[in-house]
Amino acid sequence: MSGDTPNYGTHDTFPKLLVENARTRGDKSASREKDYGIWLSWTWGQVADEIRAMACGLAVLGVKHGDKVVICGDNRPHLYWSMTAVQVLGAIPVPVYQDSVPDEMQYIYEHAEARYATVENQEQVDKLLEIKDRAPNLEHIVYKFPRGMRHYNQPFLHLLSDVQERGHAYDKENPSFYDDCVARSTGSDVAIMLYTSGTTGRPKGVILSFDNLIITGRNGAIREGLREDDDMLAYLPMAWIGDNIFSVAQAYVTGFCVCCPESSETVLDDLREIGPTYFFAPPRIYESLLTTVMIRIEDAAKFKQSMFHYYMGVARRVGMDILDGKPVAFLDRFNYWLGNLLIYAPLKNVLGLTNVRVAYTAGEAIGPDIFTFYRSLGLNLKQMYASTEASVFITIQPDGEVRPESSGTPAIDVELRVEDDGEIMFRSPGVFQSYYKNDEETEKTKTADGWVHTGDAGYLDSDGHLHIIDRSKDVGKLNDGTMFAPKFLENKLKFFPHIREAVTFGHERDYVAAFINIDPESVANWAERRNLAYTGYTDLAGQDPVYELIADCVAQVNRDLAEDEKLHGSQIKRFLILHKELDADDGELTRTRKVRREPIAEKYADLIEALYSGVDHCQVEAEVTFEDGRTDIVNADLKIQEAARTDAGRSPAQAAE
Amino acid sequence: MPAGLRPRLRNRAAETHTMNVERTFGDTLLDVKNISISFGAVKALDSISFNVLEGQILAIIGPNGAGKSSMLNCINGFYQPQEGSISYKGSPHHQMKTHEAAEQGIARTFQNIALFKGMSTLDNIMTGRNLMMKKNFLWQMLYIGPARKEELEHRAKAEEIIDFLEIEAIRKTPVGRLPYGLQKRVELVRALAAEPDLLLLDEPMAGMNHEEKEDMCRYILDVNDEFGTTIVLIEHDMSVVMDISDRVVVLDYGKKLAEGTPDEIRANQDVIDAYLGVKHD
Repeated sequence: MSGDTPNYGTHDTFPKLLVENARTRGDKSASREKDYGIWLSWTWGQVADEIRAMACGLAVLGVKHGDKVVICGDNRPHLYWSMTAVQVLGAIPVPVYQDSVPDEMQYIYEHAEARYATVENQEQVDKLLEIKDRAPNLEHIVYKFPRGMRHYNQPFLHLLSDVQERGHAYDKENPSFYDDCVARSTGSDVAIMLYTSGTTGRPKGVILSFDNLIITGRNGAIREGLREDDDMLAYLPMAWIGDNIFSVAQAYVTGFCVCCPESSETVLDDLREIGPTYFFAPPRIYESLLTTVMIRIEDAAKFKQSMFHYYMGVARRVGMDILDGKPVAFLDRFNYWLGNLLIYAPLKNVLGLTNVRVAYTAGEAIGPDIFTFYRSLGLNLKQMYASTEASVFITIQPDGEVRPESSGTPAIDVELRVEDDGEIMFRSPGVFQSYYKNDEETEKTKTADGWVHTGDAGYLDSDGHLHIIDRSKDVGKLNDGTMFAPKFLENKLKFFPHIREAVTFGHERDYVAAFINIDPESVANWAERRNLAYTGYTDLAGQDPVYELIADCVAQVNRDLAEDEKLHGSQIKRFLILHKELDADDGELTRTRKVRREPIAEKYADLIEALYSGVDHCQVEAEVTFEDGRTDIVNADLKIQEAARTDAGRSPAQAAE
Repeated sequence: MPAGLRPRLRNRAAETHTMNVERTFGDTLLDVKNISISFGAVKALDSISFNVLEGQILAIIGPNGAGKSSMLNCINGFYQPQEGSISYKGSPHHQMKTHEAAEQGIARTFQNIALFKGMSTLDNIMTGRNLMMKKNFLWQMLYIGPARKEELEHRAKAEEIIDFLEIEAIRKTPVGRLPYGLQKRVELVRALAAEPDLLLLDEPMAGMNHEEKEDMCRYILDVNDEFGTTIVLIEHDMSVVMDISDRVVVLDYGKKLAEGTPDEIRANQDVIDAYLGVKHD
């Protein structure tokens, strides 16, 4: 970190850091956005002016200390600025997932008692108009893009630029208002409230203070050596804690530039154009990038294919060691250098990852093959263990000690301990204040001396690296007493490119059974190559060859499990391929795409019964919710298949015979 | 597109439309009087008259072979009607050529997509602005000074429309690689790039699924609302026609069967007979 970084002691809130950034690096780019095909930039000085006008404008609208202001839309500089503007006034921004359906939104508006909303466009305004009657606290809606709203004449709708205009005027008349507000903010104030999607029950509002976000963000920045000339692409939901650390807290602390994509569909193009140096993506994005690469290689000329496969072999052998700075033979080094010239560098360039110094992944386990693929290309991809309640960082893989199976060592200022029952607990400066209006849950999660229950089971190895096994409450036992770790099995299944999602059952049952969701892209490509005709997802998922394909994957997982002394009994006996993709709109996944077990078990109770009875197929009727809230019924007759199991204690080679 | 990043939620087109306050229109933009055209012994159009007001959305419907496309072809000068007259913006044009029609602000899309398949979306859209480019071919090839400035201005306009119809992600994709529904949208964008006063759409929703149709409806309404473009469209999907048009003209075997608001057309016995058939005693 350079010497001119702001003094954190006195600049302990985002409004104060903004003033400081405008003073010390006023001409440096702070935000970028692609609009009408052109990248627009704002300097820290300009951002400070925009936010000043916004804050004053919101004050004119009546936003007061302690009010909740919902923020909703795609990643847009103006929406990020409005969060800071709200914080200047001592009010609390509450970002909400932009793809939430109106009912989900309504719950949050009601629970948070939000009086104001700052949203992106007509789509969001329409959702709010739909729930306005049921959200009695909601008074004013501010929107950024007026398109399509020419005839909306409700007095409570305000165009953001008009609000800023009024703010300007107010600022002229009351020049000390803004500065007083900024000076009043302190590090212990509530900075933000984030609703966790929650794999169980209703979402909970996690309250985080400026100290939580700023100290955690700064610690992360110090650990990775983030600089003010870094660039990052902000494309993950603003309602997610990660975005608030990476695109807000760390940007304010180090002064780097946050770039917003043109639209959610252009992210990959924008990634290539920006070439970020600091990058975060959940495993599924790395997976889908890799799938695209592999599909396109399959279509490439024979010569290119063999060149690709040869050099990927070289990379697999020595790439990781070179990245970790371990000794590698000269000839291998030379070959890797050649490979870099011919394959790795061009490939990274196509993916937009050329400039990346630090790339993170978290949220779900990443498949070891995928992880090593990127690392062997020379991309410094690292896993971390994170949670909303910790303001992201709990553990991070340290440079030079990255192992696919561990989650790394504790981040700066984080204390870790493992309870007797295997649950991981942590204490850090990022520990959340409380759950909003939910003291019961707060007490259950956070101890009086500040330790937080993660609900995850794991252990620390001899080098101090954390290994996560599963959600501890999900870990169960089969009837014969064998340990059953559903997430562990599901991850093993999901590491196959043909499997998008898996749900396993087994607690208090005789054996383990699984629901499988195929990956439509990868299986469709596979089917195309085999001239397999199909009409749509349901048809494809039900075809015999696809069942065979998945059965192979399951058998391979079983072979792996046979080697594990604790888990060899939890091999998968029967499985079926679901007729529809699990979807957040149907309440089957959280908005961050985690499996919600209870709703699934409830909804598909018939299918689960069929898995544990002798039948080989089951009729199913399921309700599907479309994006606009309409529903429809899908019918299908699902096959249930037995999977090949491997006897315990045999080596995989023997088992394969 | 990374998995999990989903397309935006769309409004149901009809809803947006009905939210609109009272729709008001300007003067007569297009006045069609007693148009007749025959190909050999086939009378494709037989003394058709109707008019379109500025800002209106007019739908022409009718069974196959009713003369709908011929009507559009007459309006943009591709066919020369043998009888009758068409006046556009107040001045009569009996023998208007297609390029004259284009210069005067009439743009159209085609029933069978007519894009340059090997060119990118952006290049296709830029061809829509070709008529407005003042610099000649040599200047454009040199791409210096005024020619460069001109091209940048046109590109900016094209980007505005790209943004409006939300096709940023395919800006640089060759059109031939796009799915059918998107190609239809690109064609609409190209027509709009000419900044037309009158937009002729020949079956803009043919072959689309339900969701694509809803999207297209919304775009048509948005275009009409935002740019004030007058629209004449041919469409077979009755629910679409009834939802978005201000007036409907019904053709059958080259004759005008009825004209009126969607509600009037829905209640018109002749139309019902033509579409559902009538019992002969």
